[in-house]
Amino acid sequence: MSTVLAPSPHVRSSVTIETAMYGVIIALLPGALVGACFFGLNALKVMTISIIACLLFEAMVLKIRGMDMSPLKDGSAVLTGLLLAMNLPSNIPWWMVVMGAVVAIGIGKQVYGGLGYNPFNPALVARVFLLISFPVAMTSWPVPKPLSFSLDTITGATPLGAMKTSLMMEGNVGAAANMSLVDPLIGNMGGSLGEIGALALALGGIYLLVRKIITWHIPVSFLATVFGMTGIYWLINPELYAPPTFHLVTGGLMLGAFFMATDYVTSPVTGKGMVIFGVGCGVLTVFIRLFGGYPEGVSFAILLMNAATPIIDRYTRPRVFGYPTRKEARA
Amino acid sequence: MANRFRGGVHPDDSKHTSKQAISGLQPAERLILSLSQHIGAPSRPEVSVGDRVLKYQPIASPGGFVSMALHAPTSGTVKAIEPAPHPSGRLVTAIIIEPDGLDEALDRTDKADPGLARSPENWKETIRDSGIVGMGGAAFPTHVKLSPPEDKPIDMIVANGVECEPYLTADHRLMLESPDEILGGLFLAMKIVGAKKAVVAIEANKPDAAEVMRKADLPEGVTVEVLPVMYPQGAEKQLIQALTGREVPTGGLPMDVGVVVQNVGTLATMNQAIKEGRPMVERVMTLGGPLPNGPGNYMVSIGTSLSHVVEQTGGLKGPAARLINGGPMMGQALAGLESPVTKGTSGLLAFGPGELRTLRQRACIRCGSCISVCPASLLPHTLGSMVEFRLFNQLREFNITDCIECGSCAFVCPADRNMVQFIRQGKAELLALAGK
Repeated sequence: MSTVLAPSPHVRSSVTIETAMYGVIIALLPGALVGACFFGLNALKVMTISIIACLLFEAMVLKIRGMDMSPLKDGSAVLTGLLLAMNLPSNIPWWMVVMGAVVAIGIGKQVYGGLGYNPFNPALVARVFLLISFPVAMTSWPVPKPLSFSLDTITGATPLGAMKTSLMMEGNVGAAANMSLVDPLIGNMGGSLGEIGALALALGGIYLLVRKIITWHIPVSFLATVFGMTGIYWLINPELYAPPTFHLVTGGLMLGAFFMATDYVTSPVTGKGMVIFGVGCGVLTVFIRLFGGYPEGVSFAILLMNAATPIIDRYTRPRVFGYPTRKEARA
Repeated sequence: MANRFRGGVHPDDSKHTSKQAISGLQPAERLILSLSQHIGAPSRPEVSVGDRVLKYQPIASPGGFVSMALHAPTSGTVKAIEPAPHPSGRLVTAIIIEPDGLDEALDRTDKADPGLARSPENWKETIRDSGIVGMGGAAFPTHVKLSPPEDKPIDMIVANGVECEPYLTADHRLMLESPDEILGGLFLAMKIVGAKKAVVAIEANKPDAAEVMRKADLPEGVTVEVLPVMYPQGAEKQLIQALTGREVPTGGLPMDVGVVVQNVGTLATMNQAIKEGRPMVERVMTLGGPLPNGPGNYMVSIGTSLSHVVEQTGGLKGPAARLINGGPMMGQALAGLESPVTKGTSGLLAFGPGELRTLRQRACIRCGSCISVCPASLLPHTLGSMVEFRLFNQLREFNITDCIECGSCAFVCPADRNMVQFIRQGKAELLALAGK
């Protein structure tokens, strides 16, 4: 038997791409479970279709590109499928889910060369594509029915949507914005599968932090910015602006801050860069929510910041060992 | 005091041989004394085929300022001067000696200075004539390190007993078994460069060694520092940062911040050379990894083939899938055991099939792990991708030459990227571009 002449180092940590991807999938399970509890079979249907469709399109594109099928096992396509499902209402027609998967895998990911090369979060690209193409289907959320597995649903607005409507019709934030936080915390509200249940999502986020799959930089700076900015507006005029706690637990903020903005490939690589990225996501989210045409702005905010990632990386390069600090260089 | 350098990783330290006392081996029937035992120009042979040589007799002289003398480890006959296996994988000219078993030594009492009556300058000459190089792995000639220019005053000597590479325990055992030799060498080094302070640096996974060193007769100005276990703490610049907070400037040397670092083994060898007149003809090495039947720490004559070391200690449990000259983080993979122990051989590790994780290199997913562990604060993933896509022009702007090739980035990489190999290739491409 001949020996392996591999370059050093000869030992490696046990952390692999799979560890990270399946770690995020595990962390998403509590949130997905909440979705399933409140939206029943429809939720499971959307998740299953989305994951299977993503895997199928990944396989198809790999085949067309003449590559081996090993990337199917790395967990990234499953994760994209699950994330996409979490971004959809449970009553969305199945073919829209499939279209979303085509966009996520095809245009969001493989067009650029697959995992590692995509500039935008694939699931978000698909979500925004669906939101713009099918605005009605994407914004008619079924009213949650805890532990009911009936397939027919009544649709209603999300708290953020109700607030926007009230602002336009009545000129104030209305009842929605001052509702009890218990329902959004446990998931008893309208929204996409992964938008409800802030507590379950945050729990998954903490799991990611504990397992060191993500660092605190992006979620903390993102959430703190949203909380701080909406807090200032609320203090200025509580008639026009909802309390910061409301903004924290409604919409896609938890999902976005812990699971979408932290996507390795499309976010900055240094701690400093990640904080800038998180703050940027927060500022854009708040501006879209408070002053934009859409009730929710998390997806747009993250996609816009994805576009800014290369430039953030460029200006947050660490000072190399043995070179003068900026202060020393000036002196 | 932070006692911390930037970045670094925490591989399982696997110091399974730390309880094995240093033991000797039956001499080999053939010694391969490579003329390239060190960084710098190869040595020049001073003997001819057929000559009888005595133990400690110089058989090659330095081939330049950064070059070293070479001595016969035992008495015998020069059988050949020819290209022979070398740990680098290439064939390098070596003096082949067949020992006669008599171990007859050259009288070197005139070289010894047991009472330390001579001048530090004279000691430095002895170090050079004794062929002493850094024994931590890089094998840099010791007398050159002890010759800082006058405008670079040295205030501190660091005795490097960190031994941060997993599996290696040779320095650990040496500190337990010969603390006085190490401290003797440390005292001489302080005198040679005029340093008032010295630190013996030891990682926290060797508390017994720290205890022994503390209880030993410490020369004035010498302290023992226990550092948290973190790779690559043994790298000179990182060790200095952890101990003093000083940062060796880019392209600079430890002497630029007033420090000289010497491995503990080197200090012990210096002590023997100056007090007893014994040149460097042997060293301690660790035989480790899961495969050897007789893992442990061995005193081995320079020139002994690795196969002899393995056979003498009971062979291997099965076929080797990976052989490593040195530690697992920076050591070099060997194709076989034909190459000899050189002055820089700190260990030989042997792994069987399936004992090291199979790697499958994939695209970078930009997780940033490599950046957070890089002790030089580089962007290893960027450098790797630039080399992969042959964008060599930007490598210098991204400070590729500041990479110390410690391998921390590749260790943590979830995409199993061979970052160190990319960076070595990038450095070579830059050299080639500069040469045009």
